[in-house]
Amino acid sequence: MSVDSATVRRVAKLARIAVSDTDVAAMEAELNAILGFVEQLSEVDVSGVEPMTSVTPMAMKKRQDAVTDGDKADDIVANAPASEDHFFMVPKVVE
Amino acid sequence: MSDLTALTIAEAREKLSKKEVSAAELTEAYLTAIEAANPQINAYVKVTEGKARSMAKASDERIAGGEAGPLEGIPLGIKDLFATEGVHTQAASHILDGFEPRYESTVTANLFADGAVMLGKLNMDEFAMGSSNETSYYGPVKNPWRKRGSNMDLVPGGSSGGSAASVAAHLCAGATATDTGGSIRQPAALTGTVGIKPTYGRCSRWGIVAFASSLDQAGPIARDVRDAAILLKSMASVDPKDTTSVDREVPDYEAAVGRSVKGLRIGVPKEYRMEGMPQEIETLWQTGISWLKDAGAEIVDVSLPHTKYALPAYYIVAPAEASSNLARYDGVRYGLRVPGRDIADMYEKTRAEGFGREVKRRIMIGTYVLSAGYYDAYYLQAQKVRTLIKRDFETVYADGIDALLTPATPSAAFGIGDQDMASDPVKMYLNDVFTVTVNMAGLPGIAVPAGLDAGGLPLGLQLIGRPFDEETLFALGSVVEKAAGRFTPEKWW
Repeated sequence: MSVDSATVRRVAKLARIAVSDTDVAAMEAELNAILGFVEQLSEVDVSGVEPMTSVTPMAMKKRQDAVTDGDKADDIVANAPASEDHFFMVPKVVE
Repeated sequence: MSDLTALTIAEAREKLSKKEVSAAELTEAYLTAIEAANPQINAYVKVTEGKARSMAKASDERIAGGEAGPLEGIPLGIKDLFATEGVHTQAASHILDGFEPRYESTVTANLFADGAVMLGKLNMDEFAMGSSNETSYYGPVKNPWRKRGSNMDLVPGGSSGGSAASVAAHLCAGATATDTGGSIRQPAALTGTVGIKPTYGRCSRWGIVAFASSLDQAGPIARDVRDAAILLKSMASVDPKDTTSVDREVPDYEAAVGRSVKGLRIGVPKEYRMEGMPQEIETLWQTGISWLKDAGAEIVDVSLPHTKYALPAYYIVAPAEASSNLARYDGVRYGLRVPGRDIADMYEKTRAEGFGREVKRRIMIGTYVLSAGYYDAYYLQAQKVRTLIKRDFETVYADGIDALLTPATPSAAFGIGDQDMASDPVKMYLNDVFTVTVNMAGLPGIAVPAGLDAGGLPLGLQLIGRPFDEETLFALGSVVEKAAGRFTPEKWW
């Protein structure tokens, strides 16, 4: 399988990365090189093989269902590019 | 006392406890060395002199009060991927501009609780994506090693290039690092240092900037095997904040250094004899085999039939997880924001400017292989292949093999800006061909310097262990180290 420039643009849109025309041309070539490399996986017989979901055989740990943390609004917005009254500020999304 | 930076952690620990040297003096020696060398080597992206001095002072007080921890007063470098409270934590990316977390990663908290001193944050490939430290927003790190008779700048490997270079150049006593596909072991091999990636689940991932969560593990890079054991003991823990942290007591790794390897069965996997592999690597491997034999281990030829599929499977699984993990960098909660005409435009512009080329490439691949219509063909297939890769190791271990010996990298350090690597991303990816299988199977692996190539550059061997049997790796690693000796670069900086 290989990607064309329309696919590169669609994937960039899904990934929320702005791309220029020159970006698209370069990415198309690079992505096709990588996809060409991973293509060999299709020759592996995986019939009856379960896909890996956990590399260590263990049951997922569950935390206690209790409030153990909180009152950290200052900390949470401390690194925001724009914030006001403990809210993250973003460009207007609703008219 | 100008040679304080030449001390290993074990040696410094002894001098500190005998009060022959103070933590303040030791830290000062490193800060002086960093100031002189860092403009050349570029290993540190942030030096925290003030914090280092106050931590060293506190160490001296604890030593005086008889309350010294196992790493009391030992100056360490911390990879920029670890969250350090109130200190530069940017994964060497532009998109995390100005980020200073309000919390401390579990691994660094463990080290500091044991008395370690932080010298600063270390350079790395952006978001740990790279094998040469050239994808860093802060520019490449230079390898302290140079080819005999040459002044060409070489890469230190990656992604933990700053960690490896700072340890090799004696700009810290030891360093934290992380390994998703070889990012501890490959730079260790390329700089003549020791690096261990422990079993998945041994070190908490809490507070480490996530790249590929099912593969990421923290570990140390150190000057020798003993120092690596000392550091891993402090870094590892059982952490309720990481659901993949395994409930197992941390053993005394240092006790395993120098332990007899007599009677251990060491597998030599035939699939690691790659086409086009330089003769020097093959010779090094054979030398390693004879060292282990001489130490009483039994060498057994084994087969790991799915080895060649590990790297392609990795380049589906890791980007897929990365595309999901890196979705959080949107210009809203932290880091860079580039204004746009609406919120979607703001996201797209921020991510276009904030991420470097390699990171974008991997996000794109990950987004593609997870997108509707391609998920089964790529992602599901890769996860099935991953099961087979792990099964290969399980079969060998079930047959009574205690550990495996392989080369660590397919070559010695290469030049910064190497045209071959730059023109083809897959060529760069091949650097991890011997290390990536270990991440795919969640196993522990150690890289130990084993010799120099014809040009005088260090080469390493890798030992791969059973899950949670890091102790055997330290025992075997010390056999290699004893036979090979230690390697220090000639100072040119």
